[in-house]
Amino acid sequence: MSVPAGWEAVIGLEIHVQLATRTKMFCRCENGTGSGGEPNTRVCPICSAQPGALPSPNRAAVERTIAVGLALGSEIAEHAIFHRKNYFYPDCPKAYQISQFDQPLCVGGQLAVPLADGDHVVRFERVHLEEDAAKTVHEGGEGGRVAGSSGAVVDFNRCGTPLMEMVTRPDLRSAEEASRFASFLRQTIVALGVSECDMENGSLRVDANVSVRRPGEDGFRAKAELKNMNSFSFLERGIARELRRQAEIYEGGGEVETQTLHYDPAADELTVLRSKELAHDYRYFPEPDLVPIEPAAELLERLRGELPELPGTRIRRFERELGLPFAQAADLNGTRELADYFEQVVASSGDAKASANWVLNEFSAHLNEQRLTVPESPVAPASLAGLIALIADGTVGSAGAKQVFAGLVAGEGGGDARAIVEARGLGQIADSGALAALVAQVVADHPEQAAEFRAGKGALIGFFVGQVMKASGGRAEPKLVQQLIRDALA
Amino acid sequence: MTLDLADVRHAAALAHIALDEDELADLAGELAGILAHIGRIGELNLADVPPTAHALDLVNVLAEDLPRPSLPRDLLLANAPDATADGFRVPPIGA
Amino acid sequence: MTDRTTLSVEQMARGIAAREFSRVELAQDHLARIEAESDLGCFLHVDGERVLARAETLDQAGGSGLSGIPIVFKDNLCTQGVPTTAGSRVLEGYRPPYSATVVERCEAAGLVAIGKANMDEFAMGSSNENSAYGVVRNPWDRTRVPGGSSGGPAASVAAGLAPLALGTDTGGSIRQPAALCGVVGMKPTYGVVSRYGVIAFASSLDQVGPFARSVRDCALALSVIAGADDYDTTCVGLPEPVSLPEREDLRGVTIGALAMDGIEGVEPGVRAAYEASLGVARELGANVTEATLEFSLTPHALAAYYLIAPAEASANLARYDGVRYGLRADGGDVFEMFDKTRGAGFGREVKRRCLIGAYALSAGYYDALYGQAQRVRTLIRRDFEKAFAGCDMVVSPTSPSVAFELGARSSDPLAMYACDLFTLPGNLAGLPGLSIPCGLSEGLPVGLQLLGPAFSENRLLAAGHALEQALAFAPLGASR
Repeated sequence: MSVPAGWEAVIGLEIHVQLATRTKMFCRCENGTGSGGEPNTRVCPICSAQPGALPSPNRAAVERTIAVGLALGSEIAEHAIFHRKNYFYPDCPKAYQISQFDQPLCVGGQLAVPLADGDHVVRFERVHLEEDAAKTVHEGGEGGRVAGSSGAVVDFNRCGTPLMEMVTRPDLRSAEEASRFASFLRQTIVALGVSECDMENGSLRVDANVSVRRPGEDGFRAKAELKNMNSFSFLERGIARELRRQAEIYEGGGEVETQTLHYDPAADELTVLRSKELAHDYRYFPEPDLVPIEPAAELLERLRGELPELPGTRIRRFERELGLPFAQAADLNGTRELADYFEQVVASSGDAKASANWVLNEFSAHLNEQRLTVPESPVAPASLAGLIALIADGTVGSAGAKQVFAGLVAGEGGGDARAIVEARGLGQIADSGALAALVAQVVADHPEQAAEFRAGKGALIGFFVGQVMKASGGRAEPKLVQQLIRDALA
Repeated sequence: MTLDLADVRHAAALAHIALDEDELADLAGELAGILAHIGRIGELNLADVPPTAHALDLVNVLAEDLPRPSLPRDLLLANAPDATADGFRVPPIGA
Repeated sequence: MTDRTTLSVEQMARGIAAREFSRVELAQDHLARIEAESDLGCFLHVDGERVLARAETLDQAGGSGLSGIPIVFKDNLCTQGVPTTAGSRVLEGYRPPYSATVVERCEAAGLVAIGKANMDEFAMGSSNENSAYGVVRNPWDRTRVPGGSSGGPAASVAAGLAPLALGTDTGGSIRQPAALCGVVGMKPTYGVVSRYGVIAFASSLDQVGPFARSVRDCALALSVIAGADDYDTTCVGLPEPVSLPEREDLRGVTIGALAMDGIEGVEPGVRAAYEASLGVARELGANVTEATLEFSLTPHALAAYYLIAPAEASANLARYDGVRYGLRADGGDVFEMFDKTRGAGFGREVKRRCLIGAYALSAGYYDALYGQAQRVRTLIRRDFEKAFAGCDMVVSPTSPSVAFELGARSSDPLAMYACDLFTLPGNLAGLPGLSIPCGLSEGLPVGLQLLGPAFSENRLLAAGHALEQALAFAPLGASR
């Protein structure tokens, strides 16, 4: 574990998720998440804070945030308002961010991370809605660093992108837990269809509040805020590094300072971020340009009705109803598309175990090799189910089945596994007459082994089966072959 | 409620307004006078009175998620004190 | 020939329709007046060629209604491509990339934007002495202030530089200068007119409204600008269309008159003109009763206003940071640039209010100052709810004083803030207010304010029109 001996880790996460709406949070410029277009081309008077411009909130962003709250079992506010959070920075054109303060859209809630031996529940403080900042690119200076740069250029394309902020309670007790939770939260949000949640392009950003205390100690010690770690493994390593640092400070008789840190994964080092000047006094006050949001019962009912089955629930259902082991149930829920695909295969094949194996092995390998998403694959769920049925009824053996799958990937047979079996001649030979001839030949070719077998070296059965399989091009039905060999050598 | 030079300095820092010493002293005097009047509002016992943020009792005014054209970039950049070909240049951040 | 610049909007429209004169000629007359009265300091930007080109286009198109009527825009209304400064150095040279909704509505109605009018910087002031571009003089007495913050629009209409103007009113900035300049001014109910493209002072108080030389003209202008707007989520428009006032009596109308006893600073001449107006109202058949506002005229109400408005302003004016438009001062880093730009770009009153606002919102003071002000705001709303249970409208003088001498109050912010005593409760409660000239005191106009319940614009205009007819106030230059 990443927690230094003799210490307990106390970790909470602040997760920022760019919502994949068509337009920005408070104006109708196209939402530039992902491909933002040419700099400063998705900008209007509102998101560039021209004098006199006013915000108008995006219904889709509000509804998606409420949907996330419903999925987490949060209490949805009866009366939510926006606040202005005041700070000067070149990426914040109004010099205030429209955010939420003491009356957010969603309060509380939790996410249970399913594990082999039970659920790990992490509680949320709140989920609220705000707007993203612009991007600043430093000019000159070494490697684009802040220090020594001659200036910066601001691009407002990202400015005003809807940003959902999720704050957990300090329920996480190790770096691994934190990263596992963040990853499962991502999986859940993606399944909800509200965001791409791509850490590399910044549509998912995770900050961690980290402190340590002695086991059994009440209350919390000073915490450090770790900013913008852009992968789950960096998140884990950054937290682990910070836990060690804090433990060492205390053990050396020092005190940990409350501060904001930036993790440099290459050096495995934490550096103090320059604090935004006077950032501690944001002077929050109710945004007078906007009116309150009071979600109606009908809206909540509709949104609740539209929620998909969430990964956590689905994993448990796969275990319970389909009898799958936890690891497979979890892997099948890596993405909603894969789980949907799997369920379609099961629906046609009626064999959950075989379907899980095929989806997780051959099918997933095929997606990886060809860099395809589930819907892009040429292998329709019914086709895969058809193949599974051919295996079950003995039409094809395992070697043949792999070739049939290759045929499905190649688009052969119009997606009909049986047609591929026929076209490629992959059908299993279960005709005793035909196989008996092969067996007779193999026995004739290996008199020494035949003698040994007859003398009682029963283990040689495998050798003979192998030889017959080889001679049949892998198509011989193995059980029948075994029987025929025993008969021949009796 | 009183206000001293340090308060004015702090407020000026929050508001990002550079003031020279004379201006600071003048403003401190003026603001102290104003605050002496308006600060008395704090003495009222209004614990039972709910705040009014807005005179209008409107709720749920939300816009549909349908794109509208953005500004042409040259128009957006036309007013910039220091524009590059595609953005707004600012002095170094956090020297 | 009558001077066309003294005509009412309706007369101008009839003259154009009857081809007695063209829109171009009407524009030329007004441009000539603007030139002749340039010492008033009303305008920050006039582009005569553009005005004439627009009038010419309209002449050729031959529209009806208000087509060709000149209108002045206060310089805090964004006009695409046309300089817009809000009276501030920090926006010198700024040409907005878009127009305010009210500007677009005026254009669609065929009005001719004749120029951008001077104002107190960011609408903060009651005398127009806080403009970065010089004072505006009161056309009734050029040694006196026109009131503020919409001093330019008010003085323009009074001096015949245009028959209509649009201003903004956050604490009285339409009604008070209308009173001091002897013209009609209306602050509509909060939410009747779009604020999109209106350079914000205090978002929960700001409202755009018209200036005119008559109540009917004022109603015409209101009918152009009122209406819901997708771009302003706080804007709902009027529940019914603006109706042009016709009636000349006040039968069936209950007027709640505020008693002046015990209110400090009301000039005797103002009080006399006000009380005479109440007599006229009675003669017109109104039931005049006494209205009491327990809280709205106390120093606490003034305090609430002078906390809420600066707090909102401190955030609204934070965008003037030298990055995207306007003034930029040099700085070694971006924060120094912010500080110096804002230090150089803002005038004294704006700095004062930004500092008060930042202070009122800052950690440790929010509850005692801003939070408390919001609770007082509730008391003011309740005050009016109670008052309107017994009357249709509350009337008072618009301003406790007539136009004062330039410079008389500029060194005393508190004396200046007292100008808004009667007007700012209407902003805090979001109510419509109409100021009409009701007489003279020391040869200077006195304004009568009619405050009504939310969305009672038509009733206020009807009552204002009836009073106007009976009071027969002679506008400046009527004999010109």
